Amino acid sequence: MLNVQTNELQQGATKLGGALNPHKVAAKDVSVYYGEKRALFDVTVNIPDRGVMAFIGPSGCGKSTFLRCINRMNDTIPICRVTGKITIEDEDIYDPSLDVVQLRARVGMVFQKPNPFPKSIYENVAYGPRIHGLAGSKAELDHIVETSLQRAALWKEVKDRLNDPGTGLSGGQQQRLCIARAVAVSPEVILMDEPCSALDPIATAKVEELIDELKQNFCIIIVTHSMQQAARVSQRTAFFHLGVLVEEGATNDIFTNPNDQRTQDYITGRFG
Amino acid sequence: MNEHIVKSYEEELALLDKKIAQMGGLAEHILGHAFDALERRDPKLAEQVVRNDKQIDQLEREIEEQVISMIARRQPLANDLRHVMAALRITGDLERIGDLAKNIAKRALAIAHESHPKPLMTGMRHMGELALAQLKQVLDAYAARDADRALAVWRDDENIDSMYNSLFRELLTYMMEDPRNIGLSTHLLFGAKNIERVGDHTTNIAETVHFLVRGVNITDDRPKGDDTSSTLFSKS
Repeated sequence: MLNVQTNELQQGATKLGGALNPHKVAAKDVSVYYGEKRALFDVTVNIPDRGVMAFIGPSGCGKSTFLRCINRMNDTIPICRVTGKITIEDEDIYDPSLDVVQLRARVGMVFQKPNPFPKSIYENVAYGPRIHGLAGSKAELDHIVETSLQRAALWKEVKDRLNDPGTGLSGGQQQRLCIARAVAVSPEVILMDEPCSALDPIATAKVEELIDELKQNFCIIIVTHSMQQAARVSQRTAFFHLGVLVEEGATNDIFTNPNDQRTQDYITGRFG
Repeated sequence: MNEHIVKSYEEELALLDKKIAQMGGLAEHILGHAFDALERRDPKLAEQVVRNDKQIDQLEREIEEQVISMIARRQPLANDLRHVMAALRITGDLERIGDLAKNIAKRALAIAHESHPKPLMTGMRHMGELALAQLKQVLDAYAARDADRALAVWRDDENIDSMYNSLFRELLTYMMEDPRNIGLSTHLLFGAKNIERVGDHTTNIAETVHFLVRGVNITDDRPKGDDTSSTLFSKS
């Protein structure tokens, strides 16, 4: 009986695996300029669906700049110019006819410092689905809020105080609230910019466990300064240095036997 | 290779290499003495080998402790990770080589008062010299991070195996000639087997060095020269 179930599970997993897009997010020759200064040089990378890709590299290497290209956050900086092509599911996200608000619903983001809205826990999560018209009724909205908080592993801790302000939660809880908020609009891609650097080790472990869970359903891209975190949570790792994507590969390979000397020097803590 | 930003990390890795070199030197030393004791029928030297093996065991413990501590505190990655893992593996092989030297010395003690037939002893000596040379080569390959030299050692183990084969046959013949030779021959056979095992541990070290330098395991099959496990006790 158990065997049959395992088999079915495996078949299910294979089916799911067959449908995965190896190029969920694809970047080709992406360069970014801040005025005259060039911050990113011809980055080409494919990011698969249902997995975690980590971007590592020293400060100012361009990893966050590149992350912000994926939901067009760089548009908000007037002197910033992006060239090259980025597609999500083969759709050019820099196409002038594309609705940027819709794009940001498809590509959620979690920041370094937890930034809940100065509203209730419930409203923090409900806000996105409401403005995107994802819920037809109060009951539907309640359902979205509950499942999102559950997905963010926060439901049990907050279900009795949904009307308390989100800013009253602990740092780790606030960060998971921000993840719940990102998940609530059913995005396809979740960008995380150093999501644990303001958290203690226990809160960090909870967020990492959450990332492990979320990767079953989302394409997650995480920027982190912690090499150990990249090694722990990601399946693929990309190393950036001075605006160049130096090396991208299976996380296991990058951390045991990287190809490029610069990658090796950086992850082992040597002068580059 | 660039140096670590944290100097004490660099120093710890250097210390690890120093201890491996020390342990390797000691293993070579007592192995050489074990062969001499066997050949010269020198019980004093044999006893010294047995005593010296303790130093090797002590070094193994120190290296093991240091590796565990470095993994816990430094979380080494990439070539550093391979470095500490290689040290851990090599120290294990060297410790086994020390044990084998000790066993050979014990055989030397057991047969100190028996007559030593010359052709057999010459065979033993050649085999021992080859094993020693291989061990020295592989330790040099480790110190120099030379994967090619390690690969050469790995391939050459075949020679030790085939010497063991011929010695095995000679000893069988010797025993068949006169049952009174069986006691001595059995000790010598175990001694020869120990030398052959030294060769195997040396081969392990060669594989480790290759992994340390290149980051991948040796993939092709090693030529095997030892067929004594399938040799029948028959006149052939």
